[in-house]
Amino acid sequence: MQDTTTSAVHVSLGQAFWQLLRRDLLLTLRRGNEWINPLVFFVIVVSLFPLGIGPGAKTLQLIGPGVVWVSALLATLLALDGLFRSDYQDGALELILLSPHPLSVLVLAKVLAHWLITGLPLVLLSPLLGVLLHQDSSVMWVLMATLALGTATLSLIGSIGAALTVGVRRGGVLLSLLVLPLYVPVLIFGSNAVASAGMGLAVKGQLSLLGGMLFLALALAPVATAASLRVSVE
Amino acid sequence: MFLWFHKLGSPRYFYAFARIIAPWIALVCATTMAWGVYQALWVAPPDYQQGESYRIMYVHVPSAWMSMFVYMVMAVASAVYLIWHMKLAGFVAQASAPIGAVFTFLALATGSLWGKPMWGTWWVWDARLTSELVLLFLYLGYMALHEAYDNPSTGAKAAAILAIVGVVNIPIIHYSVEWWHTLHQGASVTKMGKPSMPASMLVPLLVMALSFKAFYGTVLLWRLQAKILEREYRSKWVRELLTGDKA
Repeated sequence: MQDTTTSAVHVSLGQAFWQLLRRDLLLTLRRGNEWINPLVFFVIVVSLFPLGIGPGAKTLQLIGPGVVWVSALLATLLALDGLFRSDYQDGALELILLSPHPLSVLVLAKVLAHWLITGLPLVLLSPLLGVLLHQDSSVMWVLMATLALGTATLSLIGSIGAALTVGVRRGGVLLSLLVLPLYVPVLIFGSNAVASAGMGLAVKGQLSLLGGMLFLALALAPVATAASLRVSVE
Repeated sequence: MFLWFHKLGSPRYFYAFARIIAPWIALVCATTMAWGVYQALWVAPPDYQQGESYRIMYVHVPSAWMSMFVYMVMAVASAVYLIWHMKLAGFVAQASAPIGAVFTFLALATGSLWGKPMWGTWWVWDARLTSELVLLFLYLGYMALHEAYDNPSTGAKAAAILAIVGVVNIPIIHYSVEWWHTLHQGASVTKMGKPSMPASMLVPLLVMALSFKAFYGTVLLWRLQAKILEREYRSKWVRELLTGDKA
């Protein structure tokens, strides 16, 4: 962070992007619990469903896609609160706001780092949970593909909520209140694609829609997040 | 004309304007409501299929329309507030939110009362019900965010951004739940050329819709007056107004 701001005049936008990405990745990786806890949460929530509903293979196969998707959604939500909070508390966020580069691009770097650390492990872990819920092995690729597209969209949409609540004390609950209604479309198409694949139906349509939503979020969400950060950090 | 409009943006002039105009809109609301309710409950013929229970539509449909209309007003007012920093527009958005939330709740509640005899269940997870429910959540989130900030103007700005994000999402949410699963009957009024409803049923419905709109206008103006007094209480004109001191 130090070198990006003091020599801001000489740093190109691309350099600033990579610097910020690298810094965020390093910081989060060194503070292990920030990225491990949501993963553990994901596994525990999924394993609670068979305990609550009953271990019948038929039922689990039926509800599996939805369970994995809802749990992944909650896990991303859990990680989201930390997206801007520590930077807000130690003042780094204000320096990022003062930078001459467009804030939406810098926000994108932060969201990308956040997704690489919290979203991607969820995607990689999901086949294991699929096995626990008796999902067909042919479905796993669809599960991973939808989660990869979906969690990225969720991180982007969620960054708006995280930016709006960063200045609020105990913003965590408020954050979920704001963001969960906006997650509905992603959840619908994500779990629907996995369920359709389980019945041997084509899933190209759902995957295209998820991809479309990702690109829409990629274009619009950083702008809204940047505007929200400017309001929150006044 | 433009100058007049410009003046109206200042809370002081708007307050005076609202005091004059609100009773008239309230009168429109009361008369159309009285006529509409009479027509809807006594004059309009019973439906050949649904019997008398279709009459709940005269509350249900206008509230559902209003639930979306109020959100649009909120989003436009929020955009105006963010772009031109017009304080009054922020007040409009904030004052509209609880009214819109109540309309949304009313639409959901009357819909479920109608659903019990017609569909045999209080609730189904169909597209319109689900998107209306999500709309209610959006309203609640908006109000919660507004309340969360100690500084009212920061809260207003943050909530304004949320309202705009929500309005971008509403069509996406609506179509996604529509493709997901649907059971609700198609729109029967928007088929403008040939509405699938006789005039004796349709006219009371439109009158009720007008009445609901006037109700929103009245309550909004009242809430705005209260909000202006609350936020401008330090200014001289409010003190003169409240103490009756014309000096």
